[in-house]
Amino acid sequence: MAQMTMIQAITDALRTELKNDENVLVFGEDVGQNGGVFRATEGLQQEFGEDRVFDTPLAESGIAGIAVGLATQGFRPVPEIQFFGFIYEAMDAVNGQMARLRYRTGNTMNAPITIRSPFGGGVHTPELHADSLEGLIAQQPGMKVVIPSNPYDAKGLLISSIRDNDPVVYLEHMKLYRSFREEVPEEAYTIELGKANVKREGTDVTLVAYGAMVQASMKAAEELEKEGIQAEVIDLRTVMPLDIETIIKSVEKTNRVVVVQEAQRQAGMAAQIVTEIQERAILHLEAPVLRVAAPDTVYAFTQAEEVWLPNYNDIIEKVNKVINF
Amino acid sequence: MKRTLENIESQFETFQVLNEEGEIVNEELMPELSDDELKELMTRMVYTRILDQRSIALNRQGRLGFYAPTAGQEASQLGTQFALEKEDFILPAYRDVPQLIWHGLPLYQAFLFSRGHYHGNQMPEGVNALSPQIIIGAQYTQAAGVAMGMKKRGKKSVAITYTGDGGTSQGDFYEGINFAGAYKAPAIFVVQNNRFAISVPVEKQTAAQTLAQKAVAAGIEGIQVDGMDVLAVYAATKDARERAVNGEGPTLIETLTYRYGPHTMAGDDPTRYRTEDLDSEWEKKDPIVRFRKFLENKGLWSEEQENEVIEKAKEEIKAAIKKADGQPKQKVSELIENMYEVLPAHLEEQLEEYKAKESK
Repeated sequence: MAQMTMIQAITDALRTELKNDENVLVFGEDVGQNGGVFRATEGLQQEFGEDRVFDTPLAESGIAGIAVGLATQGFRPVPEIQFFGFIYEAMDAVNGQMARLRYRTGNTMNAPITIRSPFGGGVHTPELHADSLEGLIAQQPGMKVVIPSNPYDAKGLLISSIRDNDPVVYLEHMKLYRSFREEVPEEAYTIELGKANVKREGTDVTLVAYGAMVQASMKAAEELEKEGIQAEVIDLRTVMPLDIETIIKSVEKTNRVVVVQEAQRQAGMAAQIVTEIQERAILHLEAPVLRVAAPDTVYAFTQAEEVWLPNYNDIIEKVNKVINF
Repeated sequence: MKRTLENIESQFETFQVLNEEGEIVNEELMPELSDDELKELMTRMVYTRILDQRSIALNRQGRLGFYAPTAGQEASQLGTQFALEKEDFILPAYRDVPQLIWHGLPLYQAFLFSRGHYHGNQMPEGVNALSPQIIIGAQYTQAAGVAMGMKKRGKKSVAITYTGDGGTSQGDFYEGINFAGAYKAPAIFVVQNNRFAISVPVEKQTAAQTLAQKAVAAGIEGIQVDGMDVLAVYAATKDARERAVNGEGPTLIETLTYRYGPHTMAGDDPTRYRTEDLDSEWEKKDPIVRFRKFLENKGLWSEEQENEVIEKAKEEIKAAIKKADGQPKQKVSELIENMYEVLPAHLEEQLEEYKAKESK
């Protein structure tokens, strides 16, 4: 076991898989010699060579496009998109191409591609760096979307993503990169994709969250406990496919739910989760399912992040609403 | 200030081996092809012309779906494919079904692609290709990746991909040739310039005087060939392939060609944007007419041989359509099963739902 930040756990997972499978290729803008703009690929090119870990021209569509081509030659590409706001450049290669490869070839080819990309607010980035765009990919059949919230999950989920034989978008919240350390096993281990984690057991209300909103939900739960409210916190870990079973089980116990996301209300995953709950557990609900989400504006200018991003106070407020409904 | 545009454009003169009369005009660049190979090339061109005529007819009868006519482009499509080896990987655009067929895709599967059946896209073992790409340009970045993969595997093979004149305006076109250039990947990028992207003439795509010169932006070799001259197309592709497998990187080949028919069979009417004069000017350049003259002069081709090919083509097309008709209908459950290696819970749920419906 070693104390690792989430970014170290990610590097560790990449190293593990580069060692484990010679078909794994890591590439993107500045991921080679430089070790990545966040040091996520630090030392990997030095250890595995330029043939395995390499820099690309500055063109996201090209990066995702070559990943598809490399996949047809039996490789297991792990490309990086420097910031997820730049995914628009690669949307066809991702949603239009790799997502469909298995289906369009009638299951004769597949795209074992893991796109890593940082996103998320609270670290004062410039325009189109922090936007939460997981909802765009989650709406594309053929894709999977994974969002870890801590170092332990980050490693196990990344190894699983890389080993998955279908395309995965693996989103790394920038605020979580170095915000805390955690015990992470040194050996390889996996966490099944599509499985949520009950981070905190509770009986009065369920908080369903992912990404940086998991920490915010945990903090809210601590505060709520002081008021005598026991919140159960579910960290989705994978937002596509959703772990409906774990959510419903919790709802049947607590009878009240708040879904928490950093994305704008009209974006993200919350609406999908609410729908699944009302289709499957309406008779267990004591109150409507409410959402915590950002306002439906373009992502905030840097100096407005603090007033714009959802935080634990917003969660407490919504929990009080469903409790007092 | 030194201006260089004219200089650059003078580097991209049209490369030709056979003129319209079927005479060799470039003896030293005449590719080395045996008599049998020359006859095989002609056989394929005639066959493909018949395939186009029959496909249009079958489409009109409602027995085929999506179809992008190919008549006029036989030299461009088959001359490039004839220069390939089995291990080479083809990334075709939607008009490039003939190359797939001659690379090994059974005809009835090509018809299933047209109709919209997934079996049409299941390449048989050993047929190295993707099914026709509908998103113009996407095949170019993917080809760069296929070629990079071959280089990493140490294979002596190439990735070849096709787009049209309109496609050269896409970002993915530039990214594809630029990535392949930066990695010196063994790729052949073919631009089939038939002068029109649906109704838009090539002059509206770019101010560049040739499309081949776009290779300069990627720092790779570019060549413009007479795309109605099968020997020139073959020679240019053969040369690009040799350079690629010898580690010298990619080539961009522009073939000057023409489609005699509409853009697709989905209601396009070329008389709205093309003149009869232009059509007849290009009919004189017909790649089959020219190559027939050449072979007849060498005593390698006769009307009888051509009729044999035509009859064979018609018979095989008939049999292939029949086989396509016999293909089982697609079920939603099959479409679901083709989505992921391991189905997520929500799709398992939908699978059960549809299997129940299908068993009724």
